[in-house]
Amino acid sequence: MPGTYVPSDYFPVLVIILIAASVGLGALLVGPLVRPRRRYKQKLSAYESGNPPVGEARQKFSVKYYIVAMLFVVFDVEAVFLYPWAVAYDKLGIFGFIEMMLFIFILLVGYIYVWKKGAFEWE
Amino acid sequence: MVPLSWYIMLSAVMFSIGVFGFLARRNLIIIFMSIELMLNSVNISLVAFSHYLQSMRGQILVFFVIAVAAAEAAIGLAILIAYYKNNPTIKVDEITGLKG
Amino acid sequence: MDTGFSISLLDIRPIVPEITMVCAGLILLLLDLVVRKKEVVAFVGIVGAIVALYGTFKLYGLSEPQIAFSNMFILDGYANFFKLIFYLNVIMTIGISVKYMKVEKASYGEYYALLLFSTTGMMIMASAGDLIVLYLGLELMALSTYILAGLLRGQTRSNEAALKYFFLGAFSSAFLLYGIALTYGITGTTNISDIAVSLLTLDIVGNPVTMLGIIFIIVAFGFKIALIPFHMWAPDVYEGAPTSVTAFMSVGPKAAGFAVLGRVLFDAFGVMQVQWVSILIPLAVLTMAGGSIIALAQTNIKRMLAYSSIAHAGYMLLGIIAGTSIGLTSTVNYLMIYLFMNMGAFAIVIMMRREGFQGENIEDYMGLAKDHPLASALMLVFMFSLAGIPPTAGFIGKFYVFMAAIHEGYTYLAIIAVVFSAVSAFFYLRIVVYMYMKDPKESVTLTTSPSLSIVLAVTAMMVLILGIFPSILLNLVRYSILG
Repeated sequence: MPGTYVPSDYFPVLVIILIAASVGLGALLVGPLVRPRRRYKQKLSAYESGNPPVGEARQKFSVKYYIVAMLFVVFDVEAVFLYPWAVAYDKLGIFGFIEMMLFIFILLVGYIYVWKKGAFEWE
Repeated sequence: MVPLSWYIMLSAVMFSIGVFGFLARRNLIIIFMSIELMLNSVNISLVAFSHYLQSMRGQILVFFVIAVAAAEAAIGLAILIAYYKNNPTIKVDEITGLKG
Repeated sequence: MDTGFSISLLDIRPIVPEITMVCAGLILLLLDLVVRKKEVVAFVGIVGAIVALYGTFKLYGLSEPQIAFSNMFILDGYANFFKLIFYLNVIMTIGISVKYMKVEKASYGEYYALLLFSTTGMMIMASAGDLIVLYLGLELMALSTYILAGLLRGQTRSNEAALKYFFLGAFSSAFLLYGIALTYGITGTTNISDIAVSLLTLDIVGNPVTMLGIIFIIVAFGFKIALIPFHMWAPDVYEGAPTSVTAFMSVGPKAAGFAVLGRVLFDAFGVMQVQWVSILIPLAVLTMAGGSIIALAQTNIKRMLAYSSIAHAGYMLLGIIAGTSIGLTSTVNYLMIYLFMNMGAFAIVIMMRREGFQGENIEDYMGLAKDHPLASALMLVFMFSLAGIPPTAGFIGKFYVFMAAIHEGYTYLAIIAVVFSAVSAFFYLRIVVYMYMKDPKESVTLTTSPSLSIVLAVTAMMVLILGIFPSILLNLVRYSILG
């Protein structure tokens, strides 16, 4: 009911949150006191999903990555125009819909062009 | 509430840093980033003005600037890579094939 | 909030030419994927431009200026005339480049699509009724031209040209944006006609922020039309870019820049004429002087034509400085004439290029008249015209611009312009002297193609016809601008 809002209604939730937080923090704080501490090389190396890490983190990438990344950026940023269009969709009506379809169609032509030119070929 | 003039100052300072970076730095990638900084400083002032004036035009322009900046970045980097394939350097001082 | 943008189908009509151009560009992109022979792509490109030209021609007759998309797009005689320049520019560029691109081993279909996209950007700039649209048109034009400048991927020269053009172009468009942002902040609008209203109603004519906005916008377009001291990219880019692209961008983006300067300064900041004229005058003087003097020292003809193009921008600026519609008319008239004479000169430069021979040194023109009298005669006409010697069109162009300046009391500017015009005659005529009075070092074979010959014939004819009957063009310009 609006107007008869009682803050104490949520008191149990607060208690739960506090308990949850203290359990998490407690586990983190108590853990180091109890667990054994053994350090060796593999453990300190970078985590690579279980594989032994190869080489430095700084290395040269093939130019292919940049092409794909650039294409991604271009097509991705065009989505910026979809947001205002979606928000104002009701007011724009059918005309706005056609306009946006045309916009996407132009993007599609670009996409076909890029595809046929072989920019997505990895090898 | 942050007054409008602060945003304008921030934008002006960012723009100046961008201009300075463009003129003074000697690495093409950093020059490129300076240009992006200039564009984004303009975006800040546009959004600030737009909010202050209660008008949508500034924000519309910001959308376009973001999209154009992405296209510009793609084309700029592509040109850079094409150049790099023929002469592997990104130092401005070493780009002297054409006098100027 | 001014969200009341209403769009209706009627708004489509004024932008039909632009839509046609974009469609043609998209078709070219797809066609390039399936068609081997790039001549076909080039031909379709020309057809697309002609269809769009027809569309503009149909809209030309409409007496009232058409306004579309809530005042964001204006189609008046002024815009239509500039579009005519852009169409002719792109059609002739395609004409001179088909063979040249083969010689350069760069027959890409994208080249033609990019030319069309770039031209669309210029058309949008000429029709912009709002600074937002203006910015978009500018970027569409500029981004396409950056790629065009770097089209010869294997040549360091071309890479470097694209790099320089890109960085300085992006720099200048950031300035333009800052100018737009300041103008928007102080006037509360980006619409060109509303800006003029708010300048008066808000009483901000002498406000430093307004001034700063104008200065930034002028600086940005100073870069685009290569006014000194914002010209440093021009010679390098003109030299490094493929010659056909140099021809394209020494006219197109320059004309588009002037179209916008005319629109923004006259329509938006018309009440601040005193202020912007005082900015433009030193720029014009520097540009005329620097362009003419530095050109004297050049040995590469593309570089020389670059400085010549800078100097011509200075002369054209006089019409804007005059600040009257007559002045604007003379500038537009000059631009059209410049299109013909410049395109013709570059067509000759392209003819000199053949496999294993650049033909860009001025010394390569020694004794050309002995082997190729016709080509030399045409070059003579173009050089005379660029120097502004009657009875060629170049003289008429300069004459009307100078007259407009004198009419508004800028006699000293006109005198300076005439002096530097005389200086510039020296380097144009040097080419003529080389062709006719020196002995050839080696015999030169010219690369010709039917389309190139047509362009040469048309440009030479226009240069001569407009030189003798200037009223044809001038009446058309007057009709377009003054109504």
